[in-house]
Amino acid sequence: MSTPTSNADAEALIEGLDKKGFLYRVQGALHRFPWLSPLLVLIVAMIIFTLLNHRFLLPANLSLIMQQVSIVGAIAIAQTLVILTAGIDLSVGAIAVFASMVMAKTAFDQGVPGPIALIIGLIVGTAAGAVNGVLVTRLKLPPFIVTLGTLGIFTALTLIYATGRTVRDTELAPILTVMGNVIKLGPFTITWGVLMMIVLYVIFAYILRNTAWGKHVYAVGDDPQAAALAGIRVNRVLFSVYTVGGLILAIAGWITIGRVNAASPNVIPDANLDSITAVVIGGTSLFGGRGTLIGTFIGAVLVGVVSNGLSLAGLDQAYKILAIGILVITAVALDQWIRKVRA
Amino acid sequence: MSTTTVQPVVQAKDLLKTFGRVVGLNHCSLELYAGEVLAVIGDNGAGKSTLIKCISGAENPDSGEILVDGMPVSFKSSIDARAAGIETVYQTLAVAPALDIASNMYLGRELRKEGFLGKVMRQLDHKGMKVKSKDEMTRLGIGTLQDMSQAVETLSGGQRQAVSVARAQLFGSKVIILDEPTAALGVRESNQVLKMIEGLRDRGLPVILISHNMPQVFQVADRIHVQRLGSRAAVITPSTFSMNDAVAIMTGALKIEEKDQAMGPVRGAQA
Repeated sequence: MSTPTSNADAEALIEGLDKKGFLYRVQGALHRFPWLSPLLVLIVAMIIFTLLNHRFLLPANLSLIMQQVSIVGAIAIAQTLVILTAGIDLSVGAIAVFASMVMAKTAFDQGVPGPIALIIGLIVGTAAGAVNGVLVTRLKLPPFIVTLGTLGIFTALTLIYATGRTVRDTELAPILTVMGNVIKLGPFTITWGVLMMIVLYVIFAYILRNTAWGKHVYAVGDDPQAAALAGIRVNRVLFSVYTVGGLILAIAGWITIGRVNAASPNVIPDANLDSITAVVIGGTSLFGGRGTLIGTFIGAVLVGVVSNGLSLAGLDQAYKILAIGILVITAVALDQWIRKVRA
Repeated sequence: MSTTTVQPVVQAKDLLKTFGRVVGLNHCSLELYAGEVLAVIGDNGAGKSTLIKCISGAENPDSGEILVDGMPVSFKSSIDARAAGIETVYQTLAVAPALDIASNMYLGRELRKEGFLGKVMRQLDHKGMKVKSKDEMTRLGIGTLQDMSQAVETLSGGQRQAVSVARAQLFGSKVIILDEPTAALGVRESNQVLKMIEGLRDRGLPVILISHNMPQVFQVADRIHVQRLGSRAAVITPSTFSMNDAVAIMTGALKIEEKDQAMGPVRGAQA
């Protein structure tokens, strides 16, 4: 006889009845860990690509994927912070390129010592982010519009400042190309740029999870009115997000110089949409307030893996674009479903 | 016992607040005494919300003064009011749905770890906040919620209300203001909230309850402040007046003489 003998038994019984089966539990798990689904897709994709071409899993190829991911991966950190506040940043690529041009040109044309030129570039990137922050918080304009405008402004400034010229190779100050330096890790060959990207992920994942500022970023994106009533200075949090984002983007610009061994106004043209793609595939909600950096990292790597795996399988790049498009729509549909979780 | 010698915990004196040509508060006063539930009722536009916003720091009165324990205070924002020990539970609850219970409880007032991790690494004390949140929920009689890392959006309306009230109880050292706490709740959950209010009072925290629900007001209030046309029409007790009388005062159909009102603390007098 299964007569409940104690309160605990009765509660367990009721709990058992309340569970609505397997799907319900999946929904609950994804609600808690939104990065589980991209991780699953990543593992499946890697298995398929290995079956299609055994070279996929070779250390040299995996190292290459990480190097290809390093720029967009770093940019996607800034994008994640902004999207967590229910915003969007269309100027990420423009800021990264702008900062990289400032670094290269001040060193090459003005003869500023490399390390100083680097710092000037980082400051300019941070300031560019701060401009977005001021426009979003003071003029109360929607982030989409603000960053659409500054995308044009920063792109134009870069072109005007660069006078259409690329600073390449031997013209670059040595410190600006260190992100391209190679480190051997057993069979793997990674660059300082890859390492820098991973360090940025670790730092910002820590900050988002373990500091009050991190909690406030989530709260502001989740419900700005509630956050304000709880005593959070919403505008200050938003401003800091765009400004810190600017610094991350300047570092991404530095990584870019190392990776392409040049500073050009025309590199990474797809960085904006690629970064949003990585964030969305990584399970971060475009409506703000939910998402993780580990998810964005998995999302960025997944995009790199799909792109690399399809070309190794001998397929046209068009299939890569098709696959990423399907992934994005699936990810957002999944997010909508997850958000319906109720007790 | 002379009522004039008892100091109100919170006192609003002669508040005036206008919005352009609209008079929100017209020389309005309010006293809240220790250990009581003071209900504030009134028709729409009678100035209930404005009065409460002045006391909770969300609005600044044009003139008049607010005293906490007899000391005049000036709140520039709700943050100031909170620092003075006045906590407000808003009708919208002011919780972040995607954040967990513990994070919501400590939102804007997070606890950090001791030592290097807390001071230099700014690390939050997740465990400490969870344990204390659990204690606070249990104190409210909501012991059924075990997992403080559960997102608030997975809770029922009554449980969310409980999180909000628990947060107010945790930080409100002087007064807790509840704005229409049962407006969005069912019967069972409303009763749970009313029990919470009685629990707060029994632990010595005075409560200001703004409500439209007459039966609930008459069930839990010690005194009822009736607001009409921007000022106080009367203060009555549930034992001496009926719900119909209260409505009549709200609409102006009934006027109560000063001597029949309950201006002093009724709870202290009984004890």
